Amino acid sequence: MTITIEYYLILSAFMFIVGIAGVLTRRNAIIVFMCIELMLNSANLTLVAFSSYLGSSVGQLFVFFVMTVAASEAAVGLAIIIAIFRNKLTVNIDDINILKW
Amino acid sequence: MNLEIIFFIVFGSVAAISSVLMITRNNAVIAALYLILNFASLAGLYLTLNAQFIAVAQVIVYAGAIMVLFLFVIMLLRPENEAKFLQSNPKVKVFAFVIAGFVFLQLMYIIFFSRPSNIITKNLDASIEAGTIESIGYILFKDYVLPFEAAGFLLLAATIGALILGKKKIN
Amino acid sequence: MRELIYLTVVLPLLGFLINGIFGSKIKNEKIIGIIGSGTIGFSFIITLLAFFETLGLPPDQRKLIVTLFTWLKVGGVDVSFAYQLDQLSLVMALIVTGVGFIIHVYSIGYMHGDKSFWRFFAYLNLFIFAMMNLILADNFVLLFLGWEGVGLCSYLLIGFWYDRKFEKSTTADAAKKAFIVNRIGDFGFLLGMFLIFLTFGSLNFNEVFSRANTFSVSTVTYGFIALFLFIGATGKSAQIPLYVWLPDAMAGPTPVSALIHAATMVTAGVYMVARTSIIFASAPDIMMVVAIIGLLTAFFAATIGIVQNDIKKVLAYSTVSQLGYMFLAMGVGAFGAGIFHVMTHAFFKALLFLGAGSVIHAMHEEQDIQKYGGLKKYMPHTALTFLIAALAISGIPPLSGFFSKDEILWYSYSNVGIIFWLVGVITAMMTAFYMFRLYLLTFEGSKRFGHDKHPHESPKVMTIPLMVLAVLSIIGGFIGIPEIFSGEYGNQFHNWLSPIFADAERKLLHFGYHSHFEELLLMTLSVLFAGGSIFLARYIYLKSPNIADNVSNRFSGLYKTLWNKYYVDEIYDAIIVNPIVVVSKNVLWKFTDGKIIDGLIHSIAKLIDLSAAVLRKFQSGIAQFYALIMVLGIAITLFWIIMSF
Repeated sequence: MTITIEYYLILSAFMFIVGIAGVLTRRNAIIVFMCIELMLNSANLTLVAFSSYLGSSVGQLFVFFVMTVAASEAAVGLAIIIAIFRNKLTVNIDDINILKW
Repeated sequence: MNLEIIFFIVFGSVAAISSVLMITRNNAVIAALYLILNFASLAGLYLTLNAQFIAVAQVIVYAGAIMVLFLFVIMLLRPENEAKFLQSNPKVKVFAFVIAGFVFLQLMYIIFFSRPSNIITKNLDASIEAGTIESIGYILFKDYVLPFEAAGFLLLAATIGALILGKKKIN
Repeated sequence: MRELIYLTVVLPLLGFLINGIFGSKIKNEKIIGIIGSGTIGFSFIITLLAFFETLGLPPDQRKLIVTLFTWLKVGGVDVSFAYQLDQLSLVMALIVTGVGFIIHVYSIGYMHGDKSFWRFFAYLNLFIFAMMNLILADNFVLLFLGWEGVGLCSYLLIGFWYDRKFEKSTTADAAKKAFIVNRIGDFGFLLGMFLIFLTFGSLNFNEVFSRANTFSVSTVTYGFIALFLFIGATGKSAQIPLYVWLPDAMAGPTPVSALIHAATMVTAGVYMVARTSIIFASAPDIMMVVAIIGLLTAFFAATIGIVQNDIKKVLAYSTVSQLGYMFLAMGVGAFGAGIFHVMTHAFFKALLFLGAGSVIHAMHEEQDIQKYGGLKKYMPHTALTFLIAALAISGIPPLSGFFSKDEILWYSYSNVGIIFWLVGVITAMMTAFYMFRLYLLTFEGSKRFGHDKHPHESPKVMTIPLMVLAVLSIIGGFIGIPEIFSGEYGNQFHNWLSPIFADAERKLLHFGYHSHFEELLLMTLSVLFAGGSIFLARYIYLKSPNIADNVSNRFSGLYKTLWNKYYVDEIYDAIIVNPIVVVSKNVLWKFTDGKIIDGLIHSIAKLIDLSAAVLRKFQSGIAQFYALIMVLGIAITLFWIIMSF
């Protein structure tokens, strides 16, 4: 049995779905961010798998940029969470519902 | 039973299991640690795929910088442990799981339906060649300079934004 | 002058407008009275001149139509405000304007001091306007306009003193009753009009009547048309079963009762039957129905009138009874005789009502005759004129009532049979009886009122009209002297009207020849019976009053039934009015309007409310919820893509 690309794709899909489930159900804002990172990583895995099987470097180059974006997004997002925490003293998403009708 | 299969099974299962464990922990620090484990196993998977640079970048950037940042914030804010899973909003959570499972099935279906492995076969030499840092750097600075510079700007903006957001007062 | 006949309609309208708009500003009663009576006076003069002009014309040229303007012209309907001047409308117009004028003058005295003096005259003029429209109309629609107009004016005038109590309820209730019962009849009239239009294709009198001669229409259709028209007539002219409004209409001022309910409005039904005589003549079964109902009403109302104690109520039931005579005449085919009785009845009934008004005024609004007595020496003029009117209505020769009533009785015998004559004569006896009971209890005998009342004769403005009417009641019958007396002159009134009824009489079967001897015999018998009733009344009420009390005690059940008007009002209430009210309240109001219609509106509002409540949840403010929706969207999109493979 050889490892065909589908295995990597399924694994990455699984991680993506787990990340989605985590984003939708967790109440703690920081954990939600971590699940977002998980989703980004699953995308990375897909890209690297394709790049490896196709023999092209472009996929891995793209992973490079995804990592850049993920890093900046994590930094800014956590800064926002800290700012919210200063005002509301909670990171529970249920309590941050100012946008409610 | 060559090494590739063993590595894939080991790293793959660790990645999958650690991701599931991460989303189900109540304690934020434990969850962060599981995520680090996930990233590490992903690095191993990248090595299996002959992506050397990415594997190392994964460990340095993700596990080394981003997760450390997360852990700093967790320890700074000290969020309380969450309540039990199905205590608040059980209906929405079950619905979310159902939808997620549905999407997973759809993705599986697409993957198997399109059967990429009929088209794509692995060429080992090309694969190794693609993963080296020379080839990545070569196309990075030749064909994709513009996105590279843009990424730099993005990082600059993110830095400034994070700085300002983190300030207590703006004079 | 004949072409100016439309002025007789316009002038009263003008009087209504002037008195109605400016009346409250004009503080002088004399001016209002002069305006109100003057318009009718001028109308009478114009009518009189037109009458003399028409007399000079040969009979086949006497019809004239004056068109003012086209009113409706849509589909097959083409009606105008057009007035038809012919023998029948002239007779009715003379009666309406003449007697109307007299009553207007009387009202100046009767309504003196009333705070709404101007409103009274405005309404009276409006009434004459509507009545003239009715009489002079040359098509059914304009007639119906006048028909409804007099109904409206009778409502306005009956309820004139709107804040007064009347019997168990208020005058407003009496006015409403009149209007509503009238409306029921009007519904029948409308159905008749629709059928006429369907059958003949037009609503113009001349066109319809000429087509009635030439078209071949089944007797059943004629029957239905006549029946519906007659239902309208029962409503307006107070016959069984729609007479119940007339006694209650006595809640209005007495001149109103005189004008509307004695002389003019109630005769609108008789006029209508006369005008459409050819339709009735083509439906012999309905003619019989008309005759029977007229006869029954006459008999029935007379029995009630015998025991009533309110002076106006007696006169009201007497009116219903005399109207029954008129319809009896119509029903047996003696159309001319019916119109003759309309005329004489206008004279003596108006006189009776106006005299009653005089008495009521003098006795300070007391209307119970048990509290009268011996008023002759206080109000001699009123007493004398009242006596003349009572003699006229009882059919004593040579007063007018004798000629007209006897003609009707004769035609009942000759065209139908002895039974009709017999019932008619018994009713005439009852008429004489209760009329003289009324006269004797009011004016003769010893006084039964206390010292708080100071009766006095009424002012000249009220007694002169009484005298004019008395003269008319005496001499009015001579124009209708029957053939057996006038020989080759014939019956003048009959001859004058015969071209109008020629077509109808042609259609009716003519009965065998009856001898002059029979006519004289029956005439003498009826006069004798009437005279006998008068003497009986005199005996009971003047000589030995105890008899009346003894009789009423012995037949107390019958007396009670008669006094309560056979409980007809109560029966109507129980069978018709209350079920309708209950059904309207529970089914239509609470259920249909409340639950179904309101429920529909409410449920639409509730639907929006509910859907808003559901849609509101989508704006929860929680980002994860939005993310969930996005994932849901992804799932759906993927599903769609997969389906399209």
